[in-house]
Amino acid sequence: MTDPLTPVLTRNWRAERSWSLAAYEQAGGYRALRHALTAHPDQIIALVKDSGLRGRGGAGFPTGMKWSFIPQGPDGPGAKPKYLVVNADEGEPGTCKDIPTMMADPHSLIEGCIITCYAIRANFCAIYVRGEALHPIRRVRHAVEEAYAKGYLGKDILGSGFDLDIVVHAGAGAYICGEETALLDSLEGKRGQPRLKPPFPATSGLYASPTVVNNVETIASVPHIVAGGSEWFRSMGTEQSPGPKIYSISGHVERPGQYEAPLGITLRELLDMAGGMKDGIPLKFWTPGGSSTPLFTAEHLDVPLDFEGAAAAGSMLGTTAVQVFNETVSVPWAVMKWTEFYKHESCGKCTPCREGTYWLVQILERMVHGQGTEEDIDTMLDICDNILGRSFCALGDGATSPITSAIKYFRHEFLDLIAAQPAVARPEQLAELSGASA
Amino acid sequence: MTLAPDEQKAPVPEGHVRLTIDGREVIAPKGEILIRTCERLGIIVPRFCDHPLLDPAGACRQCLVEVELGGRPMPKPQASCTMTVADGMVVRTQHTSPVAAKAQAGVMELLLINHPLDCPICDKGGECPLQNQAMTTGRADSRFLEKKRTFPKPLAISTQVLLDRERCVLCQRCTRFSEEIAGDPFIDLLERGAQQQIGTAADKPFQSYFSGNTIQICPVGALTSAAYRFRSRPFDLKSTPGVAEFDSSGSAIRVDTRRGVVMRRLAGNDPEVNEEWLDDRSRFAFRYLTSAGRITRPMVRREDGELHETSWTDALAVAAKGLLAAKEAAGIGVLAGGRLTVEDAYAYAKFARVAAGTNDVDFRARPHSAEELDFLAAHVVGTTPDHLSFTKLEAAPTVLCVALEPEEEAPIVYLRLRKAARKRGQRVYHLGQWTTPAVERTSQSLGSAAPAAKDNLIPAVPGAEAAVLRDLPADVVAALSEPGAVILVGERAAEVSGLYSAVSVVAASTGATIGWIPRRAGERGALDAGAAPNLLPGGRLVTDAAARAEIEKAWGLPAGSIPATVGRDTDEILAAAAIGDLSALVVGGLDPNDLADPAAALDGLREVGFLVSLEMHTSAVTELADVVLPVAPDAQRAGSYLNWEGRLRSWEPALDPSGVLPDCRVLDTLAVEMDADLFTQTPAAAAGELARLGTVERKAAPPTVEAGVPSVPGFGQAVLATWRQLLDASSMSVDEPALAGTARPALLRVNAATAERLGLTEGAPATVRTERGSITLPVELADLPDGVVWLPGNAENSRVRATLGAGHGDLVGVSA
Repeated sequence: MTDPLTPVLTRNWRAERSWSLAAYEQAGGYRALRHALTAHPDQIIALVKDSGLRGRGGAGFPTGMKWSFIPQGPDGPGAKPKYLVVNADEGEPGTCKDIPTMMADPHSLIEGCIITCYAIRANFCAIYVRGEALHPIRRVRHAVEEAYAKGYLGKDILGSGFDLDIVVHAGAGAYICGEETALLDSLEGKRGQPRLKPPFPATSGLYASPTVVNNVETIASVPHIVAGGSEWFRSMGTEQSPGPKIYSISGHVERPGQYEAPLGITLRELLDMAGGMKDGIPLKFWTPGGSSTPLFTAEHLDVPLDFEGAAAAGSMLGTTAVQVFNETVSVPWAVMKWTEFYKHESCGKCTPCREGTYWLVQILERMVHGQGTEEDIDTMLDICDNILGRSFCALGDGATSPITSAIKYFRHEFLDLIAAQPAVARPEQLAELSGASA
Repeated sequence: MTLAPDEQKAPVPEGHVRLTIDGREVIAPKGEILIRTCERLGIIVPRFCDHPLLDPAGACRQCLVEVELGGRPMPKPQASCTMTVADGMVVRTQHTSPVAAKAQAGVMELLLINHPLDCPICDKGGECPLQNQAMTTGRADSRFLEKKRTFPKPLAISTQVLLDRERCVLCQRCTRFSEEIAGDPFIDLLERGAQQQIGTAADKPFQSYFSGNTIQICPVGALTSAAYRFRSRPFDLKSTPGVAEFDSSGSAIRVDTRRGVVMRRLAGNDPEVNEEWLDDRSRFAFRYLTSAGRITRPMVRREDGELHETSWTDALAVAAKGLLAAKEAAGIGVLAGGRLTVEDAYAYAKFARVAAGTNDVDFRARPHSAEELDFLAAHVVGTTPDHLSFTKLEAAPTVLCVALEPEEEAPIVYLRLRKAARKRGQRVYHLGQWTTPAVERTSQSLGSAAPAAKDNLIPAVPGAEAAVLRDLPADVVAALSEPGAVILVGERAAEVSGLYSAVSVVAASTGATIGWIPRRAGERGALDAGAAPNLLPGGRLVTDAAARAEIEKAWGLPAGSIPATVGRDTDEILAAAAIGDLSALVVGGLDPNDLADPAAALDGLREVGFLVSLEMHTSAVTELADVVLPVAPDAQRAGSYLNWEGRLRSWEPALDPSGVLPDCRVLDTLAVEMDADLFTQTPAAAAGELARLGTVERKAAPPTVEAGVPSVPGFGQAVLATWRQLLDASSMSVDEPALAGTARPALLRVNAATAERLGLTEGAPATVRTERGSITLPVELADLPDGVVWLPGNAENSRVRATLGAGHGDLVGVSA
């Protein structure tokens, strides 16, 4: 591959005032919408299905299939109002793709929303933006106003008879609200905690009505698919994971940033684009898709970063938040920091995540301060085993990924921490010293 | 559920599925939650958040099991409290799956890392699900060496409920109860992660009438009762099943005593009646048993005009002598009171006829009417749960509450209505004055995400209820015409002329079933026992010669000894006593302030020649009585109430009954002294005789009183609407400051236009006055009809009848 960069989603990011409606239209924006409005909604769903677009929020669920789950028809569940909710609560550590999209190209998101709503026959769309991202919220709100003024939103859009209202909602600072059902509860004004599934959002989502919840990047891809067709879309990426993807590269590289590339690119290629490791210090470990995806090491430089490739190598594609760490970083320390994040953000609903992260942080902090034991490593692995697959939602699972993968690849670093401390007969004496009894 | 033998597979009935749990095949109804199916098989999966009467939460993760669906094992263990059964499902619990066992042990360990393990000083220790399950599935030691999470403790979330947050396992049973069952979510989760905790809003304590249930269903000792905290250990308590004595629901309770003292009361589990719930008054108010006013010895008024304690022999002799003299003079009236057991009420009914030779007996110690007697004789007496029950009430498509504020007057009825409205979309209409909390929480729009449409109040000016009822909107009439629809009517109907008649008419025209829900526990039983001027036991009409003859024969009386005319009612008895038309009164628990005209009632009690009082506590009657005979509280006697359904609710003594006598025994002995035999020496004897008399078919014609016309307020006036709140200055709630602290504030309610007309300001005090007195309360605006003010009937600073001498529908002066 000579030039792996395929700017599709990021094509207009560098344009003058790229966020404005004028710039977007000048670059061909809202043409896909006009095209889509001439088609039958089912044709749009079929097109997106054919394109193979998979959810960009981390789970990779086929988008067209999700849309087709929305009940249609004049009676029964199809008679209820239908909703599109865009998950813009980008909070996964290392992830930085939706916020720049909303900053640089909010109209691509709005055009995607309109086409999606037309396809699923929704007349109301909510964009739930992470509350801390104040500037993007303003950008998107302004873009929505522009779209209303131009007739892209509101009643009888472009004379098609299709009505749509978009509300941009600011979250209140909870990681859990990136979980789709917690997001829906939060949007309804309730405490943001995940809901029991079933019923799934497709039948009983926002206000107990059929709802599609999609990530910003997923929705922003839709106008391009409508404009370029499914064949064009499939020309990028792999058979199972087609299309372009924004990889957020952060950490010890020369030029951190957003790099759009077809799915299936490798870290080796991404590092080339990002100017290589910072100051030439060698790579030690990295996350392929945010802190909730198990770590990779230098061994994994050539793992194709698509849904299947990452999974086959023992991790997950996640949000393609590539955090790169060089040899200067202590793995237990990094894992401790991540775990502190999960402890802080655990919503508290279920026991394993709430109590498990509380416990794990304390063990890790103790270890990093040189007061760990070998037993602690086994205890942590066992706690992780008691969280993984036992918690209410996937956040508990995510909290275990950095720990189990770090111990898998870097157990010696944890052992080194123990060896570095003064000799104490353990663990009985430790219990005594710390005065703890449980 | 059936267990199918291995060799032949029984066909799966319609609407059922076949699954395998721990190798045993079981057929379960579709939609059943897995943990329930396991329970039915006798497989107990440990759990904390699961509660059969609450919606599933899946929060604690203690009940994880392995599940195979369609031949494919599910990748993760599943919470059996949220998963529903499916055909072909294969389930492995902790008994057969190491994965499930490990998952459960892991969750248990996690639950305990932040739990204080202060079991030795915790109220719950000894009856604690967490303790029990930690003993069965927990580790012997802990791997947790770190710092536990702590919180300042305890947090008083109301005067009555204390919260120890560090003990909480965040199962959300209490918050789900409050939101789903009671409908008053004063408590909710706050914060997140390990700091997540139960809490209240800063200025809104847990002012729920049902808060005690959260203490009972808390699976740890996080919620405790202020009155009970640290007072005893579960294993020191002796538990006796009982029946709540405060309202007409007949709720099953459990009375826990230690060394002859009631320590606490809990809700009993009776799916047919109160399910597993109890209102706070029935749970917490039992200090009246030991209050300072309790009378323990008989007393006789001597020549010095003072009451002196004396022996039973002496007191009964004095009472008998006075009563016999009165019988020879103008006669004896019997005021039985509304809180009697069925057995006692029967004794009063029989005492009146046999010993006093009169039909002047009435159980209604509250405003009443002749129309009411006709209504009760025509529609209520003798009805059983076959006619209307809690279950039928829940299944009804439509319920209309007339002159009944269910949450205040019959809290368990309110819970059923709310459950039906929430779960089944039952339409609950209220013919009343304003959108009370109960009206709102039984609204039809429950469960829909749309804001509550307050469409279920049918407003009426007090006094106009009958006219409004006779002219209901067409959609309400249509809803009431659906099969199974119910009209519930409360005792306040007696204060509105023509209302009972209108209920009768509407029930006849729509086919709706009538349910009469009195406020007091004893009224329904007294009605059926014949402690009424128009009725003999078993619904026999006093005016029916054959019925009289039947009773005379059964009681061994000479033919014609029961008077053939309807006797005097409570007001008439007291009026007759005041002018010497009656020479003596036998009174069993009556507060003159509960009657329509307290001053007239006191006149009657004061002027009557001879007054015998059977009571538990000193009262206004004690002060005037010639003979006072102490009677036993429910806890110290056997007995039964007939609840509003007509269901007999019996109990055995929870405390040693020696030294105290129930009313029926006292009356029996008194009658013997008067040379009459009641054969009601024990509640069992009385109950047996009443049962042998049986119930006859209702023959009385319903009342036909024209709808009354409401008063029209003049300048500076309003029509008074009033009813009693659950927690108020009631004499049986004495010595319970923690409970009293959760009473609803006493407020004067009025609509904005009327407030403006009368010059009232929201939040500022306003005064309601009559010639007799005045009541001043802060104003709260509510959606009452124009020209109407509402006052709580018997709050500490709002004793409407006593202070104003006025009641529901009367004109009062109102000013700022």
